[in-house]
Amino acid sequence: MSENFLQKVMAASGQPLNLCYQCRKCSVGCPMVDEFDFPPNMVMRMVQLGMKDELLKSKAIWMCVSCETCGSRCPNEIRIAPVMDSLRAQCLKEGVTPADEVTVALHTSFVDSIKTFGRVHEATMLMKYKLKSKKYTSDLDVGLKLFLKGKIPIMPKKSKNVAKVKEIFKNAGF
Amino acid sequence: MGETFSYYPGCTSHSTAIEYIEASLAVIAALGIELKELPDWCCCGAASAHNLSGALALGLSAFNVAEAQKSGADLVIPCAGCYGNLAQADYTMRNDENERQRLEKEFDFTYDKKIKMLSLVDLLAREELRPAIRELVKKPLKNLKVVCYYGCAIVRPGAVTGVDDSENPLRIDSLMADLGAEVIDWSCKVDCCGGDLGLTDAEKTTELVNKIVDYAVAAEADCLVTSCALCQANVDIRQQRLPILYFSELMAEAFQIGQRQSWWKKHFNDPSRLF
Ligand code: SF4
Ligand code: SF4
Repeated sequence: MSENFLQKVMAASGQPLNLCYQCRKCSVGCPMVDEFDFPPNMVMRMVQLGMKDELLKSKAIWMCVSCETCGSRCPNEIRIAPVMDSLRAQCLKEGVTPADEVTVALHTSFVDSIKTFGRVHEATMLMKYKLKSKKYTSDLDVGLKLFLKGKIPIMPKKSKNVAKVKEIFKNAGF
Repeated sequence: MGETFSYYPGCTSHSTAIEYIEASLAVIAALGIELKELPDWCCCGAASAHNLSGALALGLSAFNVAEAQKSGADLVIPCAGCYGNLAQADYTMRNDENERQRLEKEFDFTYDKKIKMLSLVDLLAREELRPAIRELVKKPLKNLKVVCYYGCAIVRPGAVTGVDDSENPLRIDSLMADLGAEVIDWSCKVDCCGGDLGLTDAEKTTELVNKIVDYAVAAEADCLVTSCALCQANVDIRQQRLPILYFSELMAEAFQIGQRQSWWKKHFNDPSRLF
């Protein structure tokens, strides 16, 4: 059972997680480690031990910012960012409630925007995110300033090939 | 020089990074380099698609790599985030036989490994361009103390970006020195600013940004120089102590070209007092 989980994560992420020997170099350099419930080295160990439920429910998988600091320092060339990506995908696929629903709301609003326009339209994407996350008032001052500086265009700039983009979504199972 | 490249503008080119793109295009034209925009480009998935589905992230980026291959020229990608995604897709197709075959079928093309993905630093900080750049400098950036901030995506992972010293990259430093600026060595060149979660966790990103700016201020820098649109926006918005400039804006300032006054107005920390 646990072996299956390790193999599944290794295959999905393409990373040699079985090689992790707990040197903890990843966790020492991780900028987000204070926000993780389990530091990156422990996430590696938990995958090895098959602790799937704990991991899919964890906050750590959503707090990783894919900075690749760990990946460029690991003596065993394990990149943790793609590991986190594969754990997130598994969390969503298996219908586990994500520990950080606000972050999921942002990413979902963002890819919805790509699906509609082929490119991101910040104004409608941000509105959707605010509605989904119910974070109505956070950073409104920043948004207004960006708008006044001409950095949030009102009209979307569509890709010429939205049909192809929709096909990419379909092929990826969206 | 008469060089031609294909060009992937990315979504921030008409929103949060307008001044970066205007400055970069002005500098590129001054150097006699021609860019041809990919006609059908779509969003690379940015910092979001990979969070939900690896297949979606790879599909969106690989589509653009396939389009670029049709153009036959190396692809210039100014946004660091887009560059990271497209370079990763290119790396995957180069090294993963199964994924390559699947994507070739999906996009009806044959991956030929011939074109390269180039960040704007890859394009403009090339050794062979240095004499031309020095020649274009009309007003050297004398007395301007800068710290160069590379962030994550154009540097890591080295296997994908081709950057061999991912703890101490030097290409923007050399370029700034060529413009006459005083380049200060410091500790946070490749530290992450947390930009990916900038919209959802303002508190944490402000903490990361403050640490970076503390070190820049302690090094007595007048400004921080970057090539990443997400870093620029995040570090500029979340503090009020230091101007955050794109490296191509400083090239344009030294060359005395482009609509610089209008770019300075787009910054949260107004850099105009530096010039
Ligand atoms: S740096 Fe690599 S080997 Fe060391 S604990 Fe982290 S993942 Fe394991
Ligand atoms: S990629 Fe994720 S786990 Fe690794 S150092 Fe960055 S934030 Fe931490």
